[in-house]
Amino acid sequence: MSELLIAVALMLLLALLLGAILGYASVRFRVKADPLVDKIDAILPQTQCGQCSHPGCRPYAEALAAGSDDINKCPPGGEDGIRKLAELLGVEFKPFGEGAPQPKAKAVALIDEATCIGCTLCIQACPVDAILGAAKQMHTVIASECTGCELCLAPCPVDCIRMIPPGSELTNWKWRYPTIPIRNVSSGAKP
Amino acid sequence: MMPLFDFPGGIHPPENKAQSSATPIRQAPLPPQLHVALRQSMGNAARPCVAVGDRVAKGQLIATADGRLSAAVHAPTSAVVSAIAPQPFAHPSGLPELAITLDSDGEERWIERQPLHDWAQRSGAEIRDFLAQMGIVGLGGAVFPSHLKLGVSQLETLVINGAECEPYISCDDRLMRERADAICDGIAVTHHALQARQVLIGIEDNKPQAIAAMQAAAAMHGYRVVAVPTKYPSGGAKQLIHVLTGKAIPHGVRATEHGVQCFNVATVYAIGRAVLHGEPLISRIVTLTGAVDAAANVEALIGTPLASLLALARPHHDSKEVVMGGPLMGFTLPDLAAGLTKAGNCLLVKSPALFPPRPPAQPCIRCGDCASACPVSLQPMDLFWFAKAKNFDKAQQWQLFDCIECGACSYVCPSQIPLVDYYRFAKSEIWGAERDKNAANLARQRHEFRQFRLQRDKTEKAQRLADKAAQAAARQAASHSAAANLAPAADPKQAAIAAAMARAAAQREAAPLPEQHSSGLNDAKQAAIAAAMARAAARKTAADEAKAASGQPPTPPPQSSGLDDAKQAAIAAAMARAAARKNAADEAKAASGQPPSPTPQSSGLDDAKQAAIAAAMARAAARKAAADQAKANQQPDS
Repeated sequence: MSELLIAVALMLLLALLLGAILGYASVRFRVKADPLVDKIDAILPQTQCGQCSHPGCRPYAEALAAGSDDINKCPPGGEDGIRKLAELLGVEFKPFGEGAPQPKAKAVALIDEATCIGCTLCIQACPVDAILGAAKQMHTVIASECTGCELCLAPCPVDCIRMIPPGSELTNWKWRYPTIPIRNVSSGAKP
Repeated sequence: MMPLFDFPGGIHPPENKAQSSATPIRQAPLPPQLHVALRQSMGNAARPCVAVGDRVAKGQLIATADGRLSAAVHAPTSAVVSAIAPQPFAHPSGLPELAITLDSDGEERWIERQPLHDWAQRSGAEIRDFLAQMGIVGLGGAVFPSHLKLGVSQLETLVINGAECEPYISCDDRLMRERADAICDGIAVTHHALQARQVLIGIEDNKPQAIAAMQAAAAMHGYRVVAVPTKYPSGGAKQLIHVLTGKAIPHGVRATEHGVQCFNVATVYAIGRAVLHGEPLISRIVTLTGAVDAAANVEALIGTPLASLLALARPHHDSKEVVMGGPLMGFTLPDLAAGLTKAGNCLLVKSPALFPPRPPAQPCIRCGDCASACPVSLQPMDLFWFAKAKNFDKAQQWQLFDCIECGACSYVCPSQIPLVDYYRFAKSEIWGAERDKNAANLARQRHEFRQFRLQRDKTEKAQRLADKAAQAAARQAASHSAAANLAPAADPKQAAIAAAMARAAAQREAAPLPEQHSSGLNDAKQAAIAAAMARAAARKTAADEAKAASGQPPTPPPQSSGLDDAKQAAIAAAMARAAARKNAADEAKAASGQPPSPTPQSSGLDDAKQAAIAAAMARAAARKAAADQAKANQQPDS
């Protein structure tokens, strides 16, 4: 009888001890934010353009983590981005919708400084503070900080902002994919 | 004879060095115009420090280093700066690059040269700084700033690289044959700066004359000249270190961590010229070879247009393209108008007769020849597979970045696959992805900071407005009490009114922004009400005072109204006390900087209730004051 009691007591003690350890660990090592949101956010291109109909990349990441939105809503991320999201979230690849915004080449905003009237509307629209200027002063875009979100185009009352594809430079030049050059074979060579 | 080691892989391509190594180094004629590119080293392009129209002397600094991996650029000859503009550049991309165009005046007038004669007494740091000013970079091809490689001391071994393993190139061979003493002077400076225990000069055994010349020169310094077996790519830094010392430098580790540093012979020669003669790096020796009539080595100024250099060697008529570097690692020059750079060791003219076009690539048969040729023991066929499939993560896991792009795998490939092209493509794609990632991180940071800033501005503005309203109310109350000549009985009452007004104002400001905007309209009305209330209160106090001054004994006041007054005063005092208490509590809450409290709804309700109470109290006080005044007005009449 006493053996049984000892065994029960021992198991009870063990359960209490392990429970205490687990309880402490769950408080001590609590993960505050949803790590999935961070992972999704890391894949998104951070243009903060709002084409996904969310006010920025992180809200879209949160919607994706909650499963309340589709993975094909981010044109700046391209199909590559959709593929990565599909892999991370364990869902099927989904191409961009028919009428939905389609991916296009990256470009940066350029303000025509002669036309700019210094209204500061574009400064307020820029999600990454990449436009410099003050009221009634000329504005200009810091090209290296511009994400190409195009949010500054709409508010401009004088339409002086254009999107310019970035020029090729030695610092961003890439080797081409090796291809076999196509040669012009004379028609007589045909069998 | 010291024991030598062997590195894995390697190939034995035809050397083809005799064409150019037979004749002594010639001086290239002074070109009328030079295009000195500002990107002469790894890292950022140098920043020009001269202006168009300036007259510069030979050896004068024309561009300063921009950042750590950048190197200074000097005028190769005395000239006039005619342009600072993008010019064709010796780079596989064919993209123009900013260059300083110099119209030489033919005088070759030197700037005052300031050699470091007492280098033997100088510290390593001083020599480093001096070389940084002299724009010395590695001339073996990587153009890494040399002073950065001198940042270590107490080395085990200093390796001088005279292997020159790539076919066709013979510039280092001729340099060692003709200027062995000057090279050894440069080694002495380098040795002094690095404090290495031993100096090994590795030269491939296909250059017996260079070995003999270097042995003769190095004997009195005590440096060891070692003939290493000819095998491509023994001239790679890690490969030569392995051959000479047996140390295989692991992945991701610098040779200096294993006590070895490696310099090219041309680099130490340039170091010697800089320290002993005060000459910055403004010229280099270039091999002109391939499909040419007069293959030769010429000493040419940096910035000499490549077309004019090539003309010295008289290219064959059927020559199609020109490669900078050797046949294995070089790249086809997109434009011969480019100026010579510090990296330009060889110009190889290709003709279909000499270099038959590479047959089209066949599928990989996984024969493994490339793996056995790879000097860094990679699996080139797997890397090729991953690069072709654009599976870059996998390629990186297979140590793509340990590939030195020596071209041995492409050379042996029986399917004629341009393997190195795939590796270069994969590398630049990975770098591009890295850049995009960094840009995205920067954008994320900036966006998050912007969100934070907007939120902060909003709360600060609300706080500011609340403070201002409270101050205005307090000022108003103070001015009224001053006008009322500080009646002691009236003070608490006025304080109560002021406090109520302040609370109401604070609550108005604390309300959400849009509401505030919409409520802005009836602000004026509220102010009018408050003012009317305050006026009424002032009138009443004035009346009270007049009563007190009329000599009526305050202690036993007339029974009928006196009792009433006393009661009223007591009530008012109690109310004022309560209001003051509440006010103090509110203030304490505000001072403790509590953001909207965790239960905003309940506290909001509370606030509303409090405000309602306060408003009711204020209304009541106003009514009472009006009644009092009416009574007071009636009293003199009666």
